[in-house]
Amino acid sequence: MTEIVQNQPTREQVVALIVDSLQELLAMDGAGESDAVDEETRLLGRSAVVESMGLVTLIVEVEQRLESDFDVVVVLADDRAMSQSRSPFLSVGTLADYICQLLEEQA
Amino acid sequence: MDGSVVLITGTRKGIGRHLAEHYVRRGAIVAGCSRSDPDWSLDGYTHFAVDVTDEAQVRKMVAAVNKQWGRIDVLINNAGIASMNHVLLTPAQTAQRIFATNFHGVFLLCREAAKVMQRRRYGRIVNISTIAVPMHLEGEALYAASKSAVVTFTQILAREVAAFGITANVVAPTPIETDLIRSVPKEKIDQIVERLPIHRLGRFEDVANAIDFFVQPASDYITGQVITLGGIA
Repeated sequence: MTEIVQNQPTREQVVALIVDSLQELLAMDGAGESDAVDEETRLLGRSAVVESMGLVTLIVEVEQRLESDFDVVVVLADDRAMSQSRSPFLSVGTLADYICQLLEEQA
Repeated sequence: MDGSVVLITGTRKGIGRHLAEHYVRRGAIVAGCSRSDPDWSLDGYTHFAVDVTDEAQVRKMVAAVNKQWGRIDVLINNAGIASMNHVLLTPAQTAQRIFATNFHGVFLLCREAAKVMQRRRYGRIVNISTIAVPMHLEGEALYAASKSAVVTFTQILAREVAAFGITANVVAPTPIETDLIRSVPKEKIDQIVERLPIHRLGRFEDVANAIDFFVQPASDYITGQVITLGGIA
């Protein structure tokens, strides 16, 4: 029986990848408590830990890491990107959900 | 250009093929694409059969180039299609086709390549327009409009990616002896050449020379610019 190779990352792995990318970004900017980053960390709005260009950099970095670490190719683009109420980029958690949803659709 | 990774679209023939050969000669690692495979090959050149209007195909090609060589230093969006026609006789489907390749394809390539470039905080993007834009050439409304969109897009892109160390510029060539103008009547071409301050058709070398300027590392303070060949302002 042929074993099915699962390249797709789990949600936990996706969250870890986002947290890692975000911590690196915050460290580069020399701002924020890096250990305070978790699923609830906001990426948009008044309590966001990154500015709009920082968010762009984070999204692109996450996309590139998914490709290099897991060999999965997704495009993280959404018309609601900068909308604070319905954006998939609202928080670390919503971003992880969005990525998992895209990966599931591709599978 | 030694060891630089250069991605060029529309390399099967014409300006694209010439640019691929030019940058291989200059020591670059060159990747190129067109919808079908070319009838030529070259050491130092890798071809991808890709339709630039297809998001998934573009994404895969850029990922493959990045995986193989670890970066993209230069992107030259050369792929383009032209259609000479009176506006009143232009099929809607032709208009869509022209915009899909000439504009939508450029957008996709820029988006994906810039994502790779920003990781190394370095990149050079050169998009190809045409003198039909500033000269408002009759019979080229759709073609020129699609290229005009490329110019505006490039100028705004230049601002958005400047912080990443990426420049984005445009070269607008005159007519050159390629397949693209083969369908244009000779007297029409002669009329255009007559209106140029420099009365001759363009050469591949003229295009490569302008691109060379934009892509050299020293041009990091040059972005959002258009170089129009043949003396047209």
